[in-house]
Amino acid sequence: MYVAAKGGEKAIRNAHALLAKRRRGNENLPSIGLDQIAAQLTLAVDRVMAEGSLYDIELASLAVKQARGDLIEAIFLIRAFRTTLPRFGNAQPLDTSRMLVRRRVSATFKDLPGGQLLGPTFDYTHRLLDTALGGGENGDISGDSPVASGGDIGDIPAAPVAMPRVTDLLGQEGLIEASPADDGAEPFDITRAPVAYPVDRATRLQTLARGDEGYLLALGYSTQRGYARSHPFVGEIRFGDVEVIFEVPELGFEVSLGTVQVTECQMVNQFKGSAEVPPQFTRGYGLVFGQCERKAMSMALVERALRWKELGEEQSAPAQDEEFVLSHCDNVQATGFVEHLKLPHYVDFQAELDLVRRMRAEHEAEMKEAAE
Amino acid sequence: MTATEQPLLVAEGLSKNYGARIGCRDVSLEVYPGEVLAVVGESGSGKSTLLSLLSTELAPTSGRVSYRLRDGALTDLASLGAAERRLLMRTDWGFVRQNPAEGLRMAVSAGGNVGERLMAVGWRHYGNIREEALDWLGRVEIAGDRIDDDPRAFSGGMRQRLQIARNLVTRPRLVFMDEPTGGLDVSVQARLLDLIRGLVTDLGLAVIIVTHDLAVARLLSHRMVVMRQGRVIETGITDQVLDDPREPYTQLLVSSVLAV
Amino acid sequence: MSASDVGGMPQITYNFAYLDEQTKRMIRRAILKAIAVPGYQVPFAAREMPMPYGWGTGGVQVTAAVLGRDDVLKVIDQGADDTTNAVAIRGFFEKTARVATTTSTTEATVIQTRHRIPETKLREDQILVYQVPIPEPLRFLEPRETETRQLHALAEYGLMHVKLYEDIARHGHIATTYAYPVEVAGRYVMDPSPIPKFDNPKMDDSPALQLFGAGREKRIYAIPPHTKVRSLDFEDHPFKVQRFAKPCALCGATGAYLDEVILDDKGGRMFVCSDTDFCNTRQEEGHRGEMGA
Repeated sequence: MYVAAKGGEKAIRNAHALLAKRRRGNENLPSIGLDQIAAQLTLAVDRVMAEGSLYDIELASLAVKQARGDLIEAIFLIRAFRTTLPRFGNAQPLDTSRMLVRRRVSATFKDLPGGQLLGPTFDYTHRLLDTALGGGENGDISGDSPVASGGDIGDIPAAPVAMPRVTDLLGQEGLIEASPADDGAEPFDITRAPVAYPVDRATRLQTLARGDEGYLLALGYSTQRGYARSHPFVGEIRFGDVEVIFEVPELGFEVSLGTVQVTECQMVNQFKGSAEVPPQFTRGYGLVFGQCERKAMSMALVERALRWKELGEEQSAPAQDEEFVLSHCDNVQATGFVEHLKLPHYVDFQAELDLVRRMRAEHEAEMKEAAE
Repeated sequence: MTATEQPLLVAEGLSKNYGARIGCRDVSLEVYPGEVLAVVGESGSGKSTLLSLLSTELAPTSGRVSYRLRDGALTDLASLGAAERRLLMRTDWGFVRQNPAEGLRMAVSAGGNVGERLMAVGWRHYGNIREEALDWLGRVEIAGDRIDDDPRAFSGGMRQRLQIARNLVTRPRLVFMDEPTGGLDVSVQARLLDLIRGLVTDLGLAVIIVTHDLAVARLLSHRMVVMRQGRVIETGITDQVLDDPREPYTQLLVSSVLAV
Repeated sequence: MSASDVGGMPQITYNFAYLDEQTKRMIRRAILKAIAVPGYQVPFAAREMPMPYGWGTGGVQVTAAVLGRDDVLKVIDQGADDTTNAVAIRGFFEKTARVATTTSTTEATVIQTRHRIPETKLREDQILVYQVPIPEPLRFLEPRETETRQLHALAEYGLMHVKLYEDIARHGHIATTYAYPVEVAGRYVMDPSPIPKFDNPKMDDSPALQLFGAGREKRIYAIPPHTKVRSLDFEDHPFKVQRFAKPCALCGATGAYLDEVILDDKGGRMFVCSDTDFCNTRQEEGHRGEMGA
C-alpha cells in the first residue's frame, strides 16, 4: 500500500534547527559580536544598509550575522523589517556640499579648493594577502593621519571644513547642466506606491540607490565598453558624514536627527548642446549609504545612460533601457523569483508530461503511417 | 486618379525638430486614393522623419495630418484616440519597413505573421485564418509548404514579400513603405518591384514610398516629392520631375544617380 | 510594529496578520477596484514581506488584508496542505494572526492556493486567494509593461491568438497546459496563475470570490462571484481539458486532477489525487482505489 509523504511541518522545523546550529559554528569559539561586525566588517554592513534602504548599523550587523554572511539574505532581512516601520515624513534633501568629508577625490582637476583627500581606501594597496592579519594581528596601521576633527564615528579622520563640490565649481561658469531645482513636491516613494514606466528622476535614483551592486557594476561597465558610451569623468567622489534634517510640521522648525555616512559620485559627461542649450557637460549621479564607491560610480554611469531620451541621444544599448534596467535591479526581488524555482511544480509538470507523452504517441503513429 | 476625387491623406505644414536638429520643415502634401507618391532625397534629407510623421509614429512639432476615414470624413489624426488610431493602423493602413525584422515577428511562422492582423480584428476560426494566409502567401509568390516556417529561414527577398502579405491581408487603403527594396540584390529588387507594382494596381492601393533610389520612384510612383534639408524642394508628376527637373539640386540628383 | 527594550536589543512585535492597518486598507482598496473591473490588473504598493518574492508574497498580502479574527484559513500548494511552502505560509498566519486553520476545504472561509483550485465546489461565503508569479498574460509575447498596458487598454489581444495559432500549426494542439489565458467578463484577458488548464472551468461562474495577488510584480486582480470566465480558443479547435486514463489509485475518484508518483526505478507508477483533502475525505467516506488500504 502506498502512503503519501507527509510531515512537511516537522521537516521545516528540523531544517531551521540545523541552520541555527551551522550559523553558530564551532561552539568552542566565541560567538561573533555585533560590535565586531560593525567595526571590522564595515563595508559589508554598509552594503546591507545601502541595498536594504535602512540606515541602522546595529540592525545591519545583526542581519549580517543572522544571514551567515550572505549579504543578499541580510539585505532581505533588513527590507522585511523596514517595511513595517511607520513613516513620519520626509527629511530635507541631504546637503552633501556641507558634508564632513572623510575622503574626496576628483579625476577632473589636479587641485581644487579643499584638495584631494585620499581617506580610507583600497586604492593603491598592493593586493597581497597579509598573513599578519590572519594571526589576529592588526596589520600595518602605521602612517600619518591627516587632521582629525569631528571624527566621532570610528577613527577615520575627517577634513576640518566643508568642501565645495566640483560640479558646483563647474556650475559657476555654466559649464555643466544645473542640478534640477527642488520643486518642494513630495518625492515619489517606490516602497509605498507601484512604479509605472516611464519614471521620473526621483524614482529612477531611488531604484538605482537600492539596486544590486553587482548588477549596476556590470551595466556601468558595459557603457564604458561602448554600449551607450558617455565619455565619463569622475568629477568627484566624496564620502563622509551628512546631517539629516527634519522639519517637524507640528513645531514649525527644523531639527537635526543626526548624521549618516554616504558616498556621492558625480560623473561629468560629454554633451554637444542643442538649439536651446549651449554646449555643456552633463552629469550622472550616484548616492549610496555608507562607503561604497563601486556602487556610487556604477549608479552614476547607469543614471547617465538612462537619460538618453531627455538629452536627445540614440538608444542603442541595454543600460539605456529604463524598464529593463530598473525592473531587474532589485536583488531581493531577483533572488526570490530565481529561487522560487525550488518550490514544487508537480502539478504543472504533470500537465506538461501528459502533453509530451500524447504528442510523442501521435508522432509515432504518424511515422508508422508514413512507413506503411 | 481624377481631379474630382478627394484626397485620402492631407499633410499641412508639418515640422519636426529634434532639439537643435531639424528633421522636417513645413511640409504639406496630399495623397489620392490609388496613387503612389514617392518621397526621394539623400540620407539625412528628412524623408524618413516625414514618413514617421505621416504615419503618426512621430508627433509633429507643428502642423497636422488628416485622413479620410471609411465614413468619408477627412479627420485630423491627432483628434483620434489611441484605440481608433491603432485600429486604423492595423486595418486600413500598412507599413512595410526596410528591415523586415522590424516589420515581421521573426520567431512566428509565416502563417502566423500573415494571420495576426486577422486575429486582431476578431477572426477566431483556425481553418479560415490558415486558408486566407495560404492565399496571401500565393499572391506574394511564397510556396504554400513554407507556411509553418518562420521568417528566419527565409531569404531577404522572401522576408520582404512576407511583410507585404502581412500588411495587405486586411485590404488596407494606404500603405507606407520605407526603402522596401533597400539592401536587396539587384535581381531580387527587380522581382519585388514587379510584385509591388502588380499588387498596387490590382488592389487600387495608395502608397507613400520613401526611397533614395530614383529608379524605384520611376518604376512605382505616379507623383514624387524631392526633399532636401527637411524641406520639400520640388514636387510633380514623376516622369516630369525626372525628365525635366526644375531645381538645381534635383538636376544634380538626377544627373549623378540616374541612368533610367 | 512596536519595539520595547528587552535585554540588549529591542524586541519587535508585529500587527495582526503582520501588515499595519494603513497598508491593509491600501490593499483592500486595490481589491475593491479589482472586483469592480474583473480581470484588470490593479497596481498596488506591494510591501516587502518576510518571505521571498516569488514564494507567495502577493497571496499573503491579499490574505492578510481580507482575513478577520473569525476566519478559518486553509493554505494549499500543488493541491496539498502539507507541502513545505503551504506549511510555512500557514505557520506565518498562525503566528501573526492567530486565526484558526484547517485542511478541510468545506470548513475554510479563506483558502490561499498555489497552482490548484480545490476539487470540492466552493461556496459564496468563501474566498480563494491565488499566489501569482507573473500576472501579465502577454508577458512572454511582449515583455514591456509600457506596451502590454496599452494592449489591455485597447483590448488588442490578437497577439495572444497568434501564440495559440502557432501551437496548433506546430504541434497540432494548443500546447499551453497551465497558466492558460482566459477572458474575464467579456473584456480583459487574464493569467489565471499557473494552475493546470484542467482547473480553468472551475473559475467560470464560481460562487466564491477569487482574488489574485502578485507581490513582486505589484498587481492584484479579481474574479467576482458568478462571472463569465472563458478560456481562449479557436472555433474549430475548442478548449479541452486533459482526462486521466485511470481513476485515483487511493480513493478511486475520476474527473479529479492526479499527481504521478514514481514508485520504483523499473517504471512503476501510480496516479493519486493532487487535492489531498478531497482524496482523504473520499477515503474516509469509504471510497477505495486499486492501491488504497
